[in-house]
Amino acid sequence: MDNSSRFTARHVSGLPKSGIRDFFAIVSQMRDAISLGIGEPDFVTPYPIREAAIQALEKGKTSYTDNRGLKLLRESISRYVEKNYNIAYNPETEIMTTIGVSEALDILLRSVLNPGDKVLYHEPCYVSYSPSVALCHAEAIPVPTSAKDNFALTVEALRAAWQPGCRVLLLNFPTNPTGGTADKTLLTQIAAFAQEKDLLVVSDEIYSELTFEGEHTSIASLPGMRERTVFLHGFSKAFAMTGFRIGYACAPAGVMEGMLKIHQYAIMCASIVSQEAAIEALTNGRDAMLHMRDKYRERRDLIVRRFNELGLKCHLPRGAFYAFPSITSTGLDSLAFAKQLLQEQKVAMVPGTAFGTSGAGFCRASFSTSYENIIKACDRIGLFLDSLKQ
Amino acid sequence: MNAVLKLLLEGEPLDAAQLAQVLALPQAEVDAQLAALKADGIFLGWRAVLNPSFDEDKFVRALIEVKVRPEGGFGYDHIAERISRFEQVETCYLLSGAFDLLVVVKDENLRKVASFVHERLAKIEGVQSTATCFMLRAYKESGYTVNNGRNDPDKPAVSP
Repeated sequence: MDNSSRFTARHVSGLPKSGIRDFFAIVSQMRDAISLGIGEPDFVTPYPIREAAIQALEKGKTSYTDNRGLKLLRESISRYVEKNYNIAYNPETEIMTTIGVSEALDILLRSVLNPGDKVLYHEPCYVSYSPSVALCHAEAIPVPTSAKDNFALTVEALRAAWQPGCRVLLLNFPTNPTGGTADKTLLTQIAAFAQEKDLLVVSDEIYSELTFEGEHTSIASLPGMRERTVFLHGFSKAFAMTGFRIGYACAPAGVMEGMLKIHQYAIMCASIVSQEAAIEALTNGRDAMLHMRDKYRERRDLIVRRFNELGLKCHLPRGAFYAFPSITSTGLDSLAFAKQLLQEQKVAMVPGTAFGTSGAGFCRASFSTSYENIIKACDRIGLFLDSLKQ
Repeated sequence: MNAVLKLLLEGEPLDAAQLAQVLALPQAEVDAQLAALKADGIFLGWRAVLNPSFDEDKFVRALIEVKVRPEGGFGYDHIAERISRFEQVETCYLLSGAFDLLVVVKDENLRKVASFVHERLAKIEGVQSTATCFMLRAYKESGYTVNNGRNDPDKPAVSP
């Protein structure tokens, strides 16, 4: 009998399993299931970007790179962030390429948190935030958001959740799983709160290009925020490059230095092939990115309309590619709804509770899939709802 | 661009009822737009795009380059339209360059295509010469990359 888990560290044993893993196991065994559970673009990486990776291999670019990433990539990131987010970062001292935002977040948290420190983050949120904090022997403090505010964070909620020992505020707009965004007015209030409480702000802006209404603003661009903000971004969502595992962090030099220490010991550098592809994405990928964004917006309009017609109240997500309908009208909880829907109608949605307790009463439906799948899935959900009424 | 036409061009496999859902239009409106596109000679019809290897045991395809002597007053139109009427002809384009018409022909076997070229095409008044290229393999068809027996990479059906 394998009892090797006795070697696992207590704080790792104590981490809950991701609520998504169970669903993945069921769906992958099921024929003709329609998955609205996919948290990545359904588009293949635009061909010119793939070709840049092929060319890198053909030219024999197979080595390590500078720990921070290729100079040309860091310069391209610097230009891109300044042009699109209005924040200037020095490519020599303030920019580092990473293995996606996941790595950037991990090394950032490890480099700034001491055991027992507290991190504020808004819920529902991406599944790894709370565990990443716990792995640093720190405490994650959730700040609930709700459908009535389009799942935007409010300063009142932040203030209510704050407690002594909070050192970091983790933001993600547009938000996975709710599609919530934060406009400049709200971000200004959050920025004032962060300054008042001397918080380091970590802003995961991986979905920022996929903002459908209004203009995306980065909190790092607001007065007095650049020096206390770490801007995390990557290529996975906007350029459909999830498999390349490539992202970046921009931070004041002092913070970056700590991150770089962990990155150079633990990771060394991101794949040079992915870095070459990323340069192409930033240089020539905009049209393809805008095309994909338009498709997501059209699909969003369809799925949100269908959910509301079906009686599953659904706010309009202003960014990312997830709808987050309320399923409370069915009388089921999130997990029961998702499980029964999958078993009876073979449609996979992710229960809102997988993204934190404040996701209770909701399910996440990714519209990163074809119109045909969205229509068929909604038809099946309609049948499921009818069966519940009988 | 007409919204219905835009979706059709993107290759969305949607019927009129589904198009209506996507566009948030009454189906009657989608039907009317489709009818107008047909009446204007823009939308010619529905046809599934198949991997050409699907029926390669039963059919062969050939691209035939045709040099033509244009008819006075009609240019290439009469000859091109006449060639297009043969049911073996799938596609017919007038081109610039070393030859005039590119004719895509599909038939049961090589012998039948050869006989079409010799006995039908070459005998048309005004056709000066033909060069027949048999299609060996398709890599892209009507905008779709042909996946010759290779599976899509594993992608998780549910992910965070």
